[in-house]
Order: sequence, then C-alpha cells, then structure tokens
Amino acid sequence: MELLDAYAKVAGREVVEHLHQLSEPLKGMKVVHVNSTREGGGVAELLRKIVPMMEALGLDVKWEVIQGTNRFFQCTKGFHNSLQGKTVVLPESAIEEYERINGENAEQLRDTLREADFVFIHDPQPAALIRYIEDRKGKWIWRCHIDCSRPYRPVWKYLKGIVAGYDASIFSLAEFAQPLPHPQYIIAPSIDPLSEKNMDLPQEEIDHVFDEFNLKRELPLILQVSRFDRFKDPLGVIQAFREARKMVPLQLVLAGGGATDDPEGDIVLEEVRRAANGDPDIHILVLPPDAHRTINALQRAADIVLQKSIKEGFGLTVSEAMWKGKPVIGGDTGGIRLQVIDHYTGFRVKTPEGAALRIRYLLHAEEKRLEMGERARRFVKENFLVTRHLREYLALMIALFHGLKDRIDLNSPDESS
Amino acid sequence: MAESNQRFHVRDCALVRMSTGYRALTLREFKECIERVPSSSIYHHFWGRFLQPQFDEPEYNNDFAAWAYHGLHEKALAEKLSVIDPTEFEDIEALRQELIERIEDYLFEYEYVPWARAEDQFHFVKSQLVVLDTGMSISRPEDLQEAIPNMSLGSIFYHFIDARRRTVEKTNDFSAWLLGLGPEYEPLASAFDKLDPYFSSLKALRTMIHQACISFFSSRGE
Repeated sequence: MELLDAYAKVAGREVVEHLHQLSEPLKGMKVVHVNSTREGGGVAELLRKIVPMMEALGLDVKWEVIQGTNRFFQCTKGFHNSLQGKTVVLPESAIEEYERINGENAEQLRDTLREADFVFIHDPQPAALIRYIEDRKGKWIWRCHIDCSRPYRPVWKYLKGIVAGYDASIFSLAEFAQPLPHPQYIIAPSIDPLSEKNMDLPQEEIDHVFDEFNLKRELPLILQVSRFDRFKDPLGVIQAFREARKMVPLQLVLAGGGATDDPEGDIVLEEVRRAANGDPDIHILVLPPDAHRTINALQRAADIVLQKSIKEGFGLTVSEAMWKGKPVIGGDTGGIRLQVIDHYTGFRVKTPEGAALRIRYLLHAEEKRLEMGERARRFVKENFLVTRHLREYLALMIALFHGLKDRIDLNSPDESS
Repeated sequence: MAESNQRFHVRDCALVRMSTGYRALTLREFKECIERVPSSSIYHHFWGRFLQPQFDEPEYNNDFAAWAYHGLHEKALAEKLSVIDPTEFEDIEALRQELIERIEDYLFEYEYVPWARAEDQFHFVKSQLVVLDTGMSISRPEDLQEAIPNMSLGSIFYHFIDARRRTVEKTNDFSAWLLGLGPEYEPLASAFDKLDPYFSSLKALRTMIHQACISFFSSRGE
C-alpha cells in the first residue's frame, strides 16, 4: 500500500483511488509478464514498476525473463529492425534458433504460463512461447512496443503467423496496429515519476554531472539520451549541433545505455565516435544499464533535450525530459508526435537543420523555453505517468473478460462476475 | 438546504482504445470510412478523446475536424466539422449521417480531393468503456462543493460528457439530479448546462464545475 501512497502524492490521490476501484474485480487473478531482459530498455523499466503496482492492488503477478543465446538475440534484433521497416533477410537457421529458444523457455515456464489468468508477452522475443503451451487457461496478450507501422513484409508474415494465436494485442499507437484476427488495443507507454530516472534530485547531484563528465558550466547543454541505434539518428544530432554552434556556443552530450538484447549497439557507437572526431564539446557517454540517476541528473542539467529519432516506438526519453520541465526537440515520427505538441511542449523536426534552428530559437528565447518546459511537465503528469498506463492495462483485462462490448458496466447484474 | 432520498451515486469509468483497421489518406476515403466504421468509433472521436492524451486547449472539438485541419490542411472543412454538436442528434447514426453530408457537400464544392501525407493519415479507433461504482454517494447538493474536486477524471467524464449521450435529456448527470430535487437548484443546473466541455481538458472541466458550485452556494450564503 505504501507504494501506491507514494504515487498518490505525485499523480493525485484520486488517480490511485481509481486504480483500486478498477482492480477490484481482478483481485487474486494470476498475471504473468514475459520479456527478454531485466535491465536496459523501456520494457524492463516499465515492468519494474507495473509488476509491483499490480501486486499492491491485490493481483498475483510474476515477471519472467526468457534466456537466449547470442544467435537468438541477433535474430530478434533482426525482427525488431524489420518491424521498423528495414529489409532484413533472416536465414532459416536463425528462425530455427528463435523457435528452439522459445521452446526451451516454454519448458521452464510451462506451469506458470498455463495457469495464468492473463499472460502479457512483450515484443517479438518471447512471442513464440504460445506455440509450446497447450491448454492455456487464461487470456494471452501480445504487447508490441515497436513502431511496426510499415514492417518488412516477409518477416511480419512470419511473426503474424505466431501472434495471430493470441487473444489480443496491444500497440503503442493506432498507426502501429496491423491487421490481426483479434482485438488490437492501443495503449501508449509511460514513465515512472518515482524511479531513480525521474525522481527529484538534490541540486548538488545535478551540478555534479558537470564535473563527472568534464562539461563546461558556462556553455548551454544539449542532450540526447538513447541507445546507440541508427533509428535514433545520433549522427543527425551531431550535425544539428554543429549547425547550431555556428551561431551559438554549445556543448552536446550523447548518452547511451546498453541493452543485453542489442548486439548492433557497438557498431553504431563506433560510427558516432568517428563523426564526433574528437570534438571537445561533444561528449559521448556510454553508461551502464543502471545509471538511472546519472541520466536523471543529465536531463535536469540540460537546457534542451533532443530525441531526433527517424523511427520511434514511443520514445520514453521524451516524456522523461518533459517531466523535468524541459522542452524537447523531437523527430516528427511515431510516439514522439503524441508527446511533443509542436510549439507547445517542444518542436517536431524532420531534419538536422530543423533541429539546429529550434536549438537556436530556444536558447535565444529563454522565457519561451521555460514556459514550454512547464507545459511539458503538466502534459506528462496528466497523460504519460505509469498510473495511466496501469489503468489502461486493468481496463483492458476487464474488457477482455467481458468480450467485445462497447460498454461494460461492472455494476450491472449481467456483468458482475 | 435540501434533504432528499434521491442520492447521487458517483460512478467512474476507464476507457481502452482499439484499432478499427480503417484508415484514410484522402477526403474521399475519410468519408467512406465514416460510412463503414462501427458506431463506437464515431463515439470515440467525439467523446472518448477526452480520456486520451490531449493538450489543455484543443483547437477543435472533435478528431475529425482536427484532422481536416492538421492532416488535410482544409481549414474551411475543419470549421464546418467543428461546429457539429453531437448532442443535437438523436443517435450516433444521425450524427454519422451529418458528418457524411458535410463532407459530401465539401467534396461537391471543390474540384480536387484533398489528401494527406502518408504519415498524416487518419486512423479510426474505437473504445471500450468500463463503468464502475465508486461506492461514494452524495445526498445533498451542497456536498457537491467538497465532492467535485475529489472526483477522478473518469467520474467527470462519465457524469458530464458520457451522460450527454446516455440520457434522454442529453444533459449531464449533475443537472439531471439537481432538477429532480426541485426548482431551487435550477440556477445551478443551468450553470452546469452552460459549461462548454469541448474546449477543455477534463481537469479544467472539473475546476469549472467546482467553481459553478462555489458561486451558487456562496450566493445563497451557504
């Protein structure tokens, strides 16, 4: 209960009371979340909070992580890239490895998965578990966190054959939903305001990042936090920085964490280092997966935060920065469009030149920057905190139990069960 | 001070959005989709949007009008769609017909079919609404002053927005309750009816409802 009290202080007492009421018909139900990593990436961060919150609401929740080989993760990285539209030819042996690993994990998790009332399978890595679990008791939901608005068809065709077997799927945006023979729910991701990455920090800790990373206090700080991934366009950020610096003195921090299921990260990191070419005002920080407080401090220390992605599932770093009162210059794509309301909570851009222009503008108009930052924080509070995310999961679970009706009245004698 | 056996039962709701699979790139496709989508999709794009992320002051009061402007860049059409008051229609089918007719008129007047870029296409969604009882009830109108700020945004949506579709009078639940208690509460019911919910977030709407209560009861010296 203490956990939920803490959220009530940040998100509002009525918000948490609403969660209690909504979870009432689900109390005691067995819920299992399955993904492929406990550290790194938005999915693990989400589960680290959603799971204990569901427990605090009286649900019986487990979080399982599948184990895989390097070849397995190369294959699933291929899935990931191809869902985001890249042409990826996966050899038969890669698919065999994918299925073999899912089969092995299914053996380990068989009893847990078979008995669960609700099974949430996150992303493609564990999606094939469903093929190996017969006589499933509960509802199986495939949660896709990836922008698959224009997937590479041959790979999607294969994955569709697997996920079609689920009772429902969840996509982050309506644009990402694909034709499937079951209900497709739309639930935007969220940030956790109490996590180390988003909690309030003492000013000394924020100031400390200048010393720790050899940053200059007198120069405006531009930041992008993201994995070293081509879809995040780190090279475009460097180009934007160089364009803007022609007019305004600046420093740039590109801070990337690693995730155990991302074998391509090292290659992109090397490309970024080459592009930076030893520039003393470009700081490339490779942070460990648990450097949440450091990222928090960097976001708070920054004057402007960028998320110049070319493709983006959602881009949780945008809401993170907005929660800290920073306007965000974001790529005009995917979930960034939902968070960055152009000219209100930041700017959406399509090119490095556009990003450079907005950097210059925001540094020039300090009052506007602060005003936008304040709006951004309020927007996140009302729309993108984990409490809202959990509310939608609970509503979805109730809805799945009651079929495809437009309106489910839990106090109606026909519905209460 | 009114005492009544008619208690106001505070309910709450949560909404989940679902894809309909319908999407439109041109105004003609948009019209064809409106003809075919489930009625819950029309409902969602007029009402359900209130429970979804939106900026404090939306420019247009329904998603169709917003897309006409932001996706198609057809300001005149956006204006024509924006003035549609969904409460004026008997049911969703009548509302759907009105949308279709306005778009057909627009298409008839113009020599070309407006289109959006691929990334700006309109995705029709629908929603499922889960309604629950909060266990909270109000016996006296005076108690609204304390109760309203403590209501969740889901309760505000259910009693103020959703009620317009649900009730015969096409009004909000608070006004309907107050009118049932006697003529002395008519001014407050009338003040609620005058609140235009379409240009506010639910949070702002909750504040406006609360302020109307405070004004009414303070004018009565309560």
